Amino acid sequence: METKAHIEEHHVGYTTYILVWLALIVLTGITVWVSYLHFGVFNIVVALLIASIKASLVALYFMHLKFEDKTTWIFVLYPIVLLALLIGLTAVDVFFRTAP
Amino acid sequence: MEEIGIDVHAHHHVDPVVEYKASKLGMWLFLATELLLFGGLFAAYAIFRAKYPEMFHEEHKELDRTIGAINTVVLICSSLTMALGVASIQRGKKKLLSLFLLLTILFGIVFGINKYFEYGHKFEHHIYPSTSIFFALYFMMTGLHMLHVLAGVLVLTALLILSLKGKFSENYYTPIELGGLYWHLVDLIWIYLFPLLYLIS
Repeated sequence: METKAHIEEHHVGYTTYILVWLALIVLTGITVWVSYLHFGVFNIVVALLIASIKASLVALYFMHLKFEDKTTWIFVLYPIVLLALLIGLTAVDVFFRTAP
Repeated sequence: MEEIGIDVHAHHHVDPVVEYKASKLGMWLFLATELLLFGGLFAAYAIFRAKYPEMFHEEHKELDRTIGAINTVVLICSSLTMALGVASIQRGKKKLLSLFLLLTILFGIVFGINKYFEYGHKFEHHIYPSTSIFFALYFMMTGLHMLHVLAGVLVLTALLILSLKGKFSENYYTPIELGGLYWHLVDLIWIYLFPLLYLIS
């Protein structure tokens, strides 16, 4: 029996959390700074890339996803696939529609 | 005697672990539905921004980047205090948990107060959801997010009361973990809303 399973769960240390927080603050600063530069279409790409790095840090460390089992990962990745389908297919519909 | 032994074993060892893992998985499933709830709005945002880039660029200038950035930092800090709260109770530090829950709630309230002034400022300038597609999306996305902050603050307040009553320990902190997951998702959504609405260059 898994008598110690609860106790054996991975406990993230205080220091790790503070480092993640620091990274999130720095990345927020970078997002604001980058928005004043002009890359044309790539501004949105850079903004979303930084946001995704921040979101990954929150999920992996603050939400302990890094230490979760495969089942949990499927529960996380599947809705992201659905979200991509939702946005992707809507875009295909809207932008490839021919005028009647 | 044998049966009692098994029963006690089941209650104290097998059930709590299964219960803890099942509760967490259930929470992740709920968070998946939350992501798709916001997903509809993100899809609408993507379509309209691609269709009317000039409108998005012009109208986003009405938004206050400074307040947006401050609120981003406030939510990131609240996520840190929440994570530290979970770390505290995992180590059996009950008073520290209550302190971190209180700080998280306070950060949530500061976020709400900033948002209140921000909305008020928009209304003073006669900017409403009906003003344009951009502001319709702005008010819907940040409004739905604000409702989640409010729900999160209520959940955390309930957890704080339970924590002060001494309900949690290093052997039982499932509600804290689940409340934390919810709160981090609220932070995660804002991480996308901030650049998409306030930082259109």
